[in-house]
Amino acid sequence: MSAVLEVTNIRKNFGGISAVDGVSFDVREGEILGLIGPNGCGKSTLFNCILGQLTPSGGEVKLDGKIVTGLRPAELNKLGVSRTFQLLQVFPKLSVRENLILAGQEHQGSMASRLVGRSDAGLTDTANQMIGFFKLDHLAAEPAGGLSYGQQKLLDAAMAFMGGPRLVLLDEPAGGVNPSMLTDLKERLVAINREKNATFVVIEHNMEFVMSLCSRVMVMAEGKVLAMGRSDEVRKNPAVIEAYLGH
Amino acid sequence: MSGFAKPLKIALGLIVIAGLIIVPMNFNRYGLFILSQWAVMSIAAMGLNLTLGYAGQVSLAQGAFVGIGAYAAAIMTTHGWPLPAAIVVAIALSFAVGWVLGYPALRVQHHYLAFVTLAFSTLAFLVFRNESWLTGGIYGISNIPRPHFFGIATNKPLPFYYVCLGSLAIVSIAVWWLIRSPWGRAFMALRENPLRAQSLGIDTRRYTLMAFAIGSALGGVAGALYAPLTQYIDPVPFNLSLSLDLLMMVIVGGAGFFLGPFLGAMIAVLLPEWLRFTEGYYLMIYAVAVMGLLIWSPTGILGILDRHMAERRTKAASALRAVAKSRLETAQ
Repeated sequence: MSAVLEVTNIRKNFGGISAVDGVSFDVREGEILGLIGPNGCGKSTLFNCILGQLTPSGGEVKLDGKIVTGLRPAELNKLGVSRTFQLLQVFPKLSVRENLILAGQEHQGSMASRLVGRSDAGLTDTANQMIGFFKLDHLAAEPAGGLSYGQQKLLDAAMAFMGGPRLVLLDEPAGGVNPSMLTDLKERLVAINREKNATFVVIEHNMEFVMSLCSRVMVMAEGKVLAMGRSDEVRKNPAVIEAYLGH
Repeated sequence: MSGFAKPLKIALGLIVIAGLIIVPMNFNRYGLFILSQWAVMSIAAMGLNLTLGYAGQVSLAQGAFVGIGAYAAAIMTTHGWPLPAAIVVAIALSFAVGWVLGYPALRVQHHYLAFVTLAFSTLAFLVFRNESWLTGGIYGISNIPRPHFFGIATNKPLPFYYVCLGSLAIVSIAVWWLIRSPWGRAFMALRENPLRAQSLGIDTRRYTLMAFAIGSALGGVAGALYAPLTQYIDPVPFNLSLSLDLLMMVIVGGAGFFLGPFLGAMIAVLLPEWLRFTEGYYLMIYAVAVMGLLIWSPTGILGILDRHMAERRTKAASALRAVAKSRLETAQ
């Protein structure tokens, strides 16, 4: 299997603190890689460096073998890299359907064609499918701000898939989601992973969720990679237990 | 607004449009001037509503773009060019300058951006006043002709009012189209959450520049109509207070609502006229009314209506839920 994402020696310093300190890893095509570690270990900063939201202090990011370090988030998204955020990031005033159309519209045609073309950028059907897929049918026309937290989380995840991404970075998708909805979310993610051949990297604190969803898990501590391997192996790793699981 | 039934909305719209065409036929010269001014200011405010209301970029320079449009039209038409050509130049010029003014918005936001645009506003005023070889300086430009359309002269107030109203109609349709297009959605995303917008592939830089450029271009259109409306321009009407007036129109009407600028411009242009009977007090009453409104509803007049509709919808929805719940309980 070829690597979709290759991260080499990424570093990010904030003043004297190195939040990410020489992290290297590969994400193989079609896999779901889990990323765990204690709070403040640099997981989200690493995401932000990969996704162009932060400029790394050093290192290199390759997508499908091409260097993409320093590209802007919108440019990376056009190349098929999508994300969700740790804190909810839906557009509360837009309806659920409008949120999804917004999430996909920049992948349709040119900027000029989007001005003169259809108001939905031809995405109503795709959005409706996504709404059905995430079981949000009865909420399609509701403003996203009126949804429950868990429903907004589902919408947030659904939005990340509208552009038909190759690689999706999910930052704590399960945080604050109730157990029954969590099973739904996991099923949806696995289905998209298989059907659309999308590759995922998932930051998550819910160990059960990570272990059941991810084929491989990377553990970070203090800005460095502590361990990387199959989820059952990582679970038994004494260093990991001490740094994270033991707490 | 979605609480209104669609046919009712259309009927209401048609009545307003018919009223705007028919009623002014009986107006005197002054009444027509005021109404034409309302149409022109609505266009400028609609531009600012795009930049500020939809895309969330603060600008205190809209008055300067009205000035740029007005001077472009005044200079060209007094040199024998037809008004439509002058409007095209006014659009192109204010679009280009607006685009450049958008660059600071890529680095600074909110009140810092307000100050950058305020400085630009002052700069534009100084150019209008000091570059007298082009603008006539403090003496301004007089005898600005009104256009002929299809052999019909618009020198008289009524025909020129229809020119303003027709332009307002065209601009309104264009803006309506724009805000319903994916661009409108991208502008709103830019306002609500630029970080998330970027992660969804929205080129926030380009949309920010576009929001400034298009908003400014509409300011230019308004200016190009203002010059033949007053038939005389000097720098004073285009100073900072016009920018502030336009900002007030957008906020009072309801920023981010399509109809906000029409309402805001109506209040800013017509209310002082209606309050004239109070003589010296009218500005004070006007100021207090605006303060009161903004305390009551920071989202402007249409914000009140919007809240009311939202409450009604919530009530309707919870009633539906209650019915569904009781049915479920009966079924059990």
